[in-house]
Amino acid sequence: MHEEERLVNVHPPEPLIREGNTYGSVTRKISGAVLTRRTPRGWYIAIAAGFLLVMVLLAAVSYLFVRGVGIWGINIPVGWGFAIVNFVWWIGIGHAGTLISAILLLLHQHWRNAINRFAEAMTLFAVSCAGMFPILHLGRPWLFYWLFPFPDPMSIWPQFRSPLIWDVFAVSTYATISFLFWYVGLVPDLATMRDRAVHLWVKRFYGVIALGWRGSARHWHRYETAYLLLAGLATPLVVSVHSVVSFDFAVGIIPGWHSTIFPPYFVAGAIYSGFAMVLTLVIPVRAMYGLQDFITARHMDYMARVMLATGLIVAYGYVMEAFFSWYSGSPYERYMMVNRSFGPYAPVYWMLILCNIVLPQLLWIRKVRLNMPALFVLAIIVNVGMWLERFVIVITSLHRDFLPSSWGMYYPTIWDWATFTGSIGLFIALMFLFVRLLPMISMFELRQLLPWPSGNGNGQKGGGA
Amino acid sequence: MAQIFHPRTKVLSRASIMAGAIVLAACTVVAAALYRSSYFTGVNEARQQDVPFSHQHHVAGLGIDCRYCHTSVEKSSFAGIPPTTTCMTCHSQVWNTSPMLAPVRLSFQTNTPLTWARVHDLPDFVYFNHSIHIAKGIGCSTCHGQVDRMPLVWKVNTLYMNWCLDCHRHPEEQIRPKEEVFNMAYQPPADQAALGASLVRQYQVRTQQLTDCSICHR
Repeated sequence: MHEEERLVNVHPPEPLIREGNTYGSVTRKISGAVLTRRTPRGWYIAIAAGFLLVMVLLAAVSYLFVRGVGIWGINIPVGWGFAIVNFVWWIGIGHAGTLISAILLLLHQHWRNAINRFAEAMTLFAVSCAGMFPILHLGRPWLFYWLFPFPDPMSIWPQFRSPLIWDVFAVSTYATISFLFWYVGLVPDLATMRDRAVHLWVKRFYGVIALGWRGSARHWHRYETAYLLLAGLATPLVVSVHSVVSFDFAVGIIPGWHSTIFPPYFVAGAIYSGFAMVLTLVIPVRAMYGLQDFITARHMDYMARVMLATGLIVAYGYVMEAFFSWYSGSPYERYMMVNRSFGPYAPVYWMLILCNIVLPQLLWIRKVRLNMPALFVLAIIVNVGMWLERFVIVITSLHRDFLPSSWGMYYPTIWDWATFTGSIGLFIALMFLFVRLLPMISMFELRQLLPWPSGNGNGQKGGGA
Repeated sequence: MAQIFHPRTKVLSRASIMAGAIVLAACTVVAAALYRSSYFTGVNEARQQDVPFSHQHHVAGLGIDCRYCHTSVEKSSFAGIPPTTTCMTCHSQVWNTSPMLAPVRLSFQTNTPLTWARVHDLPDFVYFNHSIHIAKGIGCSTCHGQVDRMPLVWKVNTLYMNWCLDCHRHPEEQIRPKEEVFNMAYQPPADQAALGASLVRQYQVRTQQLTDCSICHR
């Protein structure tokens, strides 16, 4: 960790690409990770673990299709169990990708160029995991398409006044835009992969998905336009998707849900958990593939700072939730807070406070931000904390509402856990397949960050992307 | 560097993108059309039965009233499938050696009900009540068609939800005077719009509730 130690004492920021790299070396190292480098052992371990958990998911989902949602711990009063907790958690995780790729692009934060591809892929896979859960939660999952307005023989439309329908549109739009953004950004790099691949069929594989990219001025012009347009489209999504998800709760009248702070507080939480997940994945992959040249200590520092900032917004959200439950004067709202803090699920609540508010304060310390093992552990703690937050919101609000006669408890079953861990497995498996098959860092965007070679800067395109 | 694709690939790849969109659109249209076709709905397709009972012969030919066999249609949710004894009121005397009626006699002798292939089968999650429709002036033929012209019964309507809702949203278009309910040949008069509206009021059809989910899904 000598580079990190050096950084602590040096004020001008480190370059975003370690010195000594050229256009050639950037391309060689990143494309080589897929094409020529020996696959690191850590990759095999990760993909094996992911694959195993995917099998668990498959078993859990098959049994669910046979027996129905009764295999989960859900019942009245807690009709929304793990499925909704997981949905909100995964959707939140996806938000870092869009933030990094769209908002940081529009704000000319060039350090994003090293991590945007990775974060976008993460978004895509997180959204896939998220989208699965509400569908599995339907009693008849095979009729999920009833959520869309289509010319059905029932002559009724979905209930457009329900946030659950807004959710369908928010999430499907989000998935579409995220995919397009990711794919459009990949095209020039896929052409590089095509040109650098050795085997004919590998060339053809990348050739087909590179859509005939030749890097002509016209191609670049169209690419820049499309990418900027997509960034513009994706920017409102960073805010809107999780706002809509929060409406699922906020529009309900249950104490603990019916709160105006929910949209901003959910969005901040989403970005918080998203950056935590990016760090959770980037730290091992960076070490596995030796990418310290491109994803430098400075990148880690920045991501940790974003996490700290959004974590503080989330903490503010918790404080406001507690304050307003008191300030409302409503006995139900007040009881909700008492029940949260001292009721049967109190340990979960205090764990959440510990994971999301207390421990991340260590990120104020620069040494912690630059210490990879510490940062990795903190990122995982935040992931856990954010999951617990959704658990607290969903479960503790539902299990004791207005009428004590209708109170009840929720206990997850083995199938709840199997589906949840299975979705993590799916995420890991997809992520590591991505790392193995596609350039995980945007080569051409990274090349823009290099200083132009002296005397001849004409060959490469410059300027902000 | 050698080319990795044949020049034709350019045309092929462009065509395949177009074709993808066309195939997707075509699949949607075909699926929607199939779902509405008689292949799926069974509309206008006569159902084969063990005993080829002809409503045409019994209703139009002999003039038997619907309620002679479907006894509970005015009182119950279920119109009622007649027991074999109802058949035997006549067929112990007439056509009592006809081979076509052998299953009926066997059913009577062994005291086991006849099995009929059900033509109008609503999904189990739909609550349907015959008696309320009869009581509010909805004729048999409105839903079942002119059964007196069917040698073997077929459906004339899909029984899809949009068909239910068409009437539940505009009952005045279908409602008829109560005394005409069992009239198979009833045709709405020219002033159905005015008559329907007045009958809806007269029979106290509560149109506000007719499209509530819980009217049919209880």
